[in-house]
Amino acid sequence: MTAHTKGPDLLRHHAGTLKSSMGTFYAGSHVIFRGADLHADLKDMDWVELYVFGITGRRFSPQQLRVMHSIWTYTSYPDVRLWNNRVTALAASARSTGNLGTAAALAVSEASIYGRGIDMRAITFLLETRAKVEANGGAGNGDRAVIEDCIRSELKQRRSIAGFGRPILDKDERNPHMLALLRTFGLDQGPHLRLAFAIEEELAVGGWRMKMNYAGLAAAIAADFGLSPREYYLFLFPAFLAGMQPCFVEAADRPEGTLYAAACADILYDGHPPRAWATRHGG
Amino acid sequence: MSSDPNPNAIRSSIWLEVSEPDNPFAAKAAYCGGYDVYGEMLGDARWVEMLYLLFRGEAPDASQANLLEALAVALANPGPRDPSVHAAMCGGVCGSTAASSLMAALAVGAGGLSGGREVFFAMRGWAQCGTALDSWRTWFDGPHVLAGDVWPEPEHPPGFDPYGVTTSTPVKQTLACLARLSPGPRLPWLQANLAALESMTERPLALSGVAAAAFSDLEFAPEQGEMLHLLLRLPGAAAHALEQKPLGYKKFPFGTVELEPGSSKEEA
Repeated sequence: MTAHTKGPDLLRHHAGTLKSSMGTFYAGSHVIFRGADLHADLKDMDWVELYVFGITGRRFSPQQLRVMHSIWTYTSYPDVRLWNNRVTALAASARSTGNLGTAAALAVSEASIYGRGIDMRAITFLLETRAKVEANGGAGNGDRAVIEDCIRSELKQRRSIAGFGRPILDKDERNPHMLALLRTFGLDQGPHLRLAFAIEEELAVGGWRMKMNYAGLAAAIAADFGLSPREYYLFLFPAFLAGMQPCFVEAADRPEGTLYAAACADILYDGHPPRAWATRHGG
Repeated sequence: MSSDPNPNAIRSSIWLEVSEPDNPFAAKAAYCGGYDVYGEMLGDARWVEMLYLLFRGEAPDASQANLLEALAVALANPGPRDPSVHAAMCGGVCGSTAASSLMAALAVGAGGLSGGREVFFAMRGWAQCGTALDSWRTWFDGPHVLAGDVWPEPEHPPGFDPYGVTTSTPVKQTLACLARLSPGPRLPWLQANLAALESMTERPLALSGVAAAAFSDLEFAPEQGEMLHLLLRLPGAAAHALEQKPLGYKKFPFGTVELEPGSSKEEA
């Protein structure tokens, strides 16, 4: 087996025993989790700490872990109107199972206008912008001309800046609470967070009027904690989960099928008028 | 988020329902693209005609229906070696719910290796390059996704088999059949230029590549082709999940894990 092995030889090489550096379980005995004994070395680990350790293989400070907890807590909204929450509630209303409804709700949270689709873009934009600022000799607060170039380039390519602006309101109720928490721990001066504020300022000066939203703030925090885009993406998977289950519980307690009950007339049809099937080929 | 006077309004150009006189929540008639589904189509329309009508808004002609039906047969069962079917069987062997087995098949079968996203990428290739061979040469190099996308950049030319040696017989058979049924132009062109494209990519054509050409000839958009590819591969996943259920996990591969050197205090 060489680095140039390809085709069926590569598949053949990987067939059989599964090689892993992540872990395995020895039935009736013990479990190895990233090199440590889960029930001995890691048994007192907080769940979020274990979760990010599983993703990154790295340890984080108690203050960073507290912020990571709060990143999830502050965005757990038990509002059934939110599209992902509605999925789990509709599952309950249609008398499906909680696992199915919530798994589907988490899956749809990978949306292009909110959730993972935005989160990945937000952290990538911050990391790329910082790299360009650094390459330009920037000193942390950012080089305005470089930042403006990055904004224009992103807007040209994507027509929006992930992490800035918001579909509903241009004010994010989560940010003041998160910023206060960061200040408590002295974690509010990271280079990516300062860059995010510099971007916000540049967006205001340039007349784009897009304030930093929670996705932008959380992405800056994650980048300051050293998370890569993939690590951040995986970390955020359960972000909305705590808000989903109340929606399931409430819909399950109501009569079946009563959530978002729609009458036939609620379908506003603007398609082809009624026509005969027999005439479909011009007959 | 609707500002419509009716907060429950759902807009659609696909589906119209007329309610029963005694119940506004029960449909007396349902029209798809203007056709009476239960009053006229039922018993006369083919499944693939309904599919095409739903996605395209017009009924297919006979050649389009025949092409879609042949493609649906080709895609119906990726077989138990396929990762998406494997995932569905993981649900089946342990008695997971039916829907979770299909969700597992959809999740695994959604990606850039034989999945819905590969078809999406390849269909964008058809939209961009058409039947201009030189355009494909640069398109294959990518990139196919923007930085920060949730989808990873393809690791092989979309529509081609990263592990193939020569074009597999089922792929050749499917391409020959569909090219014969196709109103064109992509499938016949793909068949005529297969050697050149395979030389360009240094990979043999995959079934996903045939499917992408067929969906494009049927005038589906990449997003529609991706969705249909996900849908049309589910029957096999469902059948294999059910097949494994009575056999149970003891007769299903489990495997042996060997920890990499240095990854544990006590290496296995």
